[in-house]
Amino acid sequence: MIRIKCPYCGERDHSEFTYGGDASIKYPALDAPASEWTKAIFFRENIRGMQKETWHHTNGCRLWLEVERSTITHEIKSVKACHPQIEKITKNKS
Amino acid sequence: MTSLRKENYGKINREKVLGFSWDNKEYFGYEGDSLASALLANDVRIVGRSFKYHRPRGVMSCGVEESGALVTVGSGSRRDPNVRATTQELYSGLNASGQNAFPNVNFDFGGVNNYLSRFFAAGFYYKTFMGLPPFEWGKGTGIWMVFEKIIRKAAGMGKASKEPDPDSYEHANDFCDVLVIGSGPAGIAAAQEIANNKLDVILIEQDSLLGGNSLSQKDFDPYLLNTQLKSSGIRVMPRTTAFGIYDNTVVGALERVTDHLPTPHSSLPRQRFWTIRAKHIIVASGALERHIAFNNNDLPGAMTVNASKHYLNRYGVLTGNNIVISTNNDSVYQTAKELHEAGSKVTILDSRDNVNHDLSKDIDLHLNTLPFSINGRKKIDGIDVCKTTDLSNKNTIICDQVLMSGGWSPIVNLVSHRGIKPTWNQENLCFIPGQIKENISVVGSAKGIWDEKNCIESGFVGANEAMNTFGMHKKEISFPSVGGWSNPIEPLFEVKSNKFPSKSFVDFQHDVTAEDVRLAHREGFISVEHLKRYTTLGMANDQGKMGNIIGLSLMAEQLDKTIPQVGTTVFRPPYTPVPIGALTGRNVGKHFRPLRVTPMHQWNIDHGAKMIEVGLYQRPWYYPKKNETLSDSYIRETTIVRKTVGICDVTSLGKIAIQGPDATELVNRIYTNPFAKLPIGKARYGIMLRDDGIVMDDGTSWRLGENEYFMTTSTAAAAKVMSWLEELLQTRWTDLKVNVTSVSEQWAGAAIAGPKSRDVLNECVFDASEITNDNLPFMGVLQTKLKDGTPCRVVRISFSGELAYEMYIESDYAHGMMDLLWESAQKYDGCLYGLEALGALRVEKGHVTAAELDGRVTIDDAGLGKMASTKKSYIGSAMRKRGVLSADDRDMLVGFFPINEKETFNAGTIVCEKNNIKGQGVGRITSVTHSPELGHWIGIGFVKGGLEKWKDITLIGADPVRNKQMEIKVVSPHMIDPEGKRMYA
Repeated sequence: MIRIKCPYCGERDHSEFTYGGDASIKYPALDAPASEWTKAIFFRENIRGMQKETWHHTNGCRLWLEVERSTITHEIKSVKACHPQIEKITKNKS
Repeated sequence: MTSLRKENYGKINREKVLGFSWDNKEYFGYEGDSLASALLANDVRIVGRSFKYHRPRGVMSCGVEESGALVTVGSGSRRDPNVRATTQELYSGLNASGQNAFPNVNFDFGGVNNYLSRFFAAGFYYKTFMGLPPFEWGKGTGIWMVFEKIIRKAAGMGKASKEPDPDSYEHANDFCDVLVIGSGPAGIAAAQEIANNKLDVILIEQDSLLGGNSLSQKDFDPYLLNTQLKSSGIRVMPRTTAFGIYDNTVVGALERVTDHLPTPHSSLPRQRFWTIRAKHIIVASGALERHIAFNNNDLPGAMTVNASKHYLNRYGVLTGNNIVISTNNDSVYQTAKELHEAGSKVTILDSRDNVNHDLSKDIDLHLNTLPFSINGRKKIDGIDVCKTTDLSNKNTIICDQVLMSGGWSPIVNLVSHRGIKPTWNQENLCFIPGQIKENISVVGSAKGIWDEKNCIESGFVGANEAMNTFGMHKKEISFPSVGGWSNPIEPLFEVKSNKFPSKSFVDFQHDVTAEDVRLAHREGFISVEHLKRYTTLGMANDQGKMGNIIGLSLMAEQLDKTIPQVGTTVFRPPYTPVPIGALTGRNVGKHFRPLRVTPMHQWNIDHGAKMIEVGLYQRPWYYPKKNETLSDSYIRETTIVRKTVGICDVTSLGKIAIQGPDATELVNRIYTNPFAKLPIGKARYGIMLRDDGIVMDDGTSWRLGENEYFMTTSTAAAAKVMSWLEELLQTRWTDLKVNVTSVSEQWAGAAIAGPKSRDVLNECVFDASEITNDNLPFMGVLQTKLKDGTPCRVVRISFSGELAYEMYIESDYAHGMMDLLWESAQKYDGCLYGLEALGALRVEKGHVTAAELDGRVTIDDAGLGKMASTKKSYIGSAMRKRGVLSADDRDMLVGFFPINEKETFNAGTIVCEKNNIKGQGVGRITSVTHSPELGHWIGIGFVKGGLEKWKDITLIGADPVRNKQMEIKVVSPHMIDPEGKRMYA
């Protein structure tokens, strides 16, 4: 059981969360051409090692979190709120 | 062999006699006995029949590694097969029987397999696919089909009960600083040291008594130990097996709460499935003694050496009178002494040529001596032995028991669950845990430390490591070295037999012999993983606890490699079997998943609704009048809605409150159609796409104020849309000042549909003539009050195609709203309608739901292309026209009519061309209904190229599941009132 330290709720089982996806993707502007969107949506790295990914605390505070997790060992290096302002507030809390 | 209870031995309570039955005969044991010890004490030697050859088997160990005494306990719905008699505590009235035998284990007709064993060698099952020699008669599945049934019947284990499980099971959770697994000397030392340092410790022990291997010591008192541990604040969990270690030092454990009680407890669960989250784990799981592969090493009376010491000192049972011990290591000498003191004649065969010992002269010690073959059929009569230097020259020793010790294997399973490969220790001929980078320490014989003093020392070192996890003092101490025998162990895995077919068992439970391993090698299985699967070595319910290392050594010999070069198979959880009931816990029957009901659930039932599950929701399905079937009922409801008025609970739709200065911007970005200029007091139907241009969901959004919207989503996508909006706002559009809140539970909703719906509403609202066409035009929103003053929201919106409204009210007032609406609707001969009629109404109109929007459909496919704005950008706008999504032969939404109007069809029907009925055809029917208005069945679905391409062409609706084909034609999906005159009326 992966345990994720939610910056708002504290350390919780991963079963409270929903996996989002690759957190390093920069989504293009809505009016960007299809080629840029294609790159963002379909061309993904399959990382072996530390990866930044998003998790949604679905059965908790409903924050979207950016988690640095090793895809090999499941070691979690860091967790923070995705939203920069929420991150600022919760950083002091934890 | 005549086993005897010895006076002054054992930790059993001789005051308390327990009666039990074995194979329908009554016996007696004592409190503190295991079923195995009680059977041994009663001189019951044969307790099982082997898997393939049906050879008689006796008790072979005293723990979870047991491969012989697998029995069935209980009867009826509580019949439990494959129970290890060695771990089953005896209770009064216990009812056990042998398994895999007919008529019983003592005399079993299946025993003939033993004499046919040359035909049942490794891979026999797979070879039946090759047919019978010499002409491969029945090749393929032919002969296998015949054999399969026989094999399954003959080669089996116990039979599980087919009745529902009457017991209850629980899931439980716990947290601690340090979790210690195992209560042997090392585990106890670690637990006490940590508890002394004020950390919260849980100690798990699979046995009912604490002590681990100390239980095999004559003077050890487990009850005193229990008291000591509890008084030092340690939370002790006996009868609990840590079956797996998972990520982040989380441990799965199974607690057998009432398996030792004569009758089920009235308030306790049978077992608890624990998830324990520790910050540090100390694994003190101990080691298991290995046997030796030689001919007939499985006869009843063959046992591991340490087991006999346990039976003597824990249960007061002397397992033999004339015992031969075969060994290659020092661990047996203490046992030999104690067995001798207890009154047995003891002979030791040691394969080594030089051993320092202090044995009494009464114990015969034969050095350089190997066990060659056990003599006897159902019991041991003697053993043929030979010198290591000369296997052909044999002596026979008369005996009634043979004890074996081929070395010890640390239990590395739990650490192995973490992906840590064990490393081979050649000096001690065993695998020991590899290097661990997590907060897990291994101590005691699980680490390959044999000496008890060193085990205790290692417990302190493990405790020290654990305290270091908490930033507490770190002493400069290191682990004692591995091993600890004064005379080094020497390899003795197998003594090769000259008999064919030999019965040198490597894996007792699956009847895998040394010859099978060599055969597998000859047939080309050189990877250890392949060997395992081909021979099924290590795949029985002991998962190779005893036989794996021997199998590896035999394979290494064949490949001319060392054991570490051959490798080891990966251990996976669970360490010992976990019943499905425990995994399921309380999630059975109605508790299998949560149940969602709408605030008017009871109201619906009181008004005659038959309910149906939709996702987690219970929704009204139809409201039958006397004797009405589903079909009668929904056709009546549909007809009445189109004629006068009907009322339907639509609360299960997702509802989201969207508030903030950028609310309009958010709504405009996620819907395909323009929302920027939606006036206050108006609603709009909208489609959402995914990033990749496929339709995600449809719904409505109502503008309640300058910065406030009320969004409805489909029932199915409610949770998904909510998470999606949160994701967009928290990860992509973090500059938008807007907040989204799920209010699905806060609002109850009802649809009022039909030509008389306006009249009905006006009778229910505070201002009786408020609802007019001017005041509330199509897609208008009104925030108003019911007659009794309760605030409510009304939107003029139509899923049925009729003049229709939806009314929303705070959930607590749902019953009142329904009472008002229903009272009024009855005056117009209206009805209540359920999901079935709702579906019929929307299919007639060609409105899509989750059945159509299945994640493959574009907005154009759904015929809603004109709702995709070309003037703005929104989620999915860049991708919705990409490549394949704008091809000409896309599956497009259409309607379907049967050519013969009397015929009916089902959703899932495949649409094919007349002379080409195969594969996926040219389309599919997704939703069907009887249309009262049209007078025949209708459907909507998709067909390649859409209506244009197939107009006036007769197609075939193929339903291979129901073996049905019928002629159908393609029509517009808008089958009733295509201009929408009724809706705008």
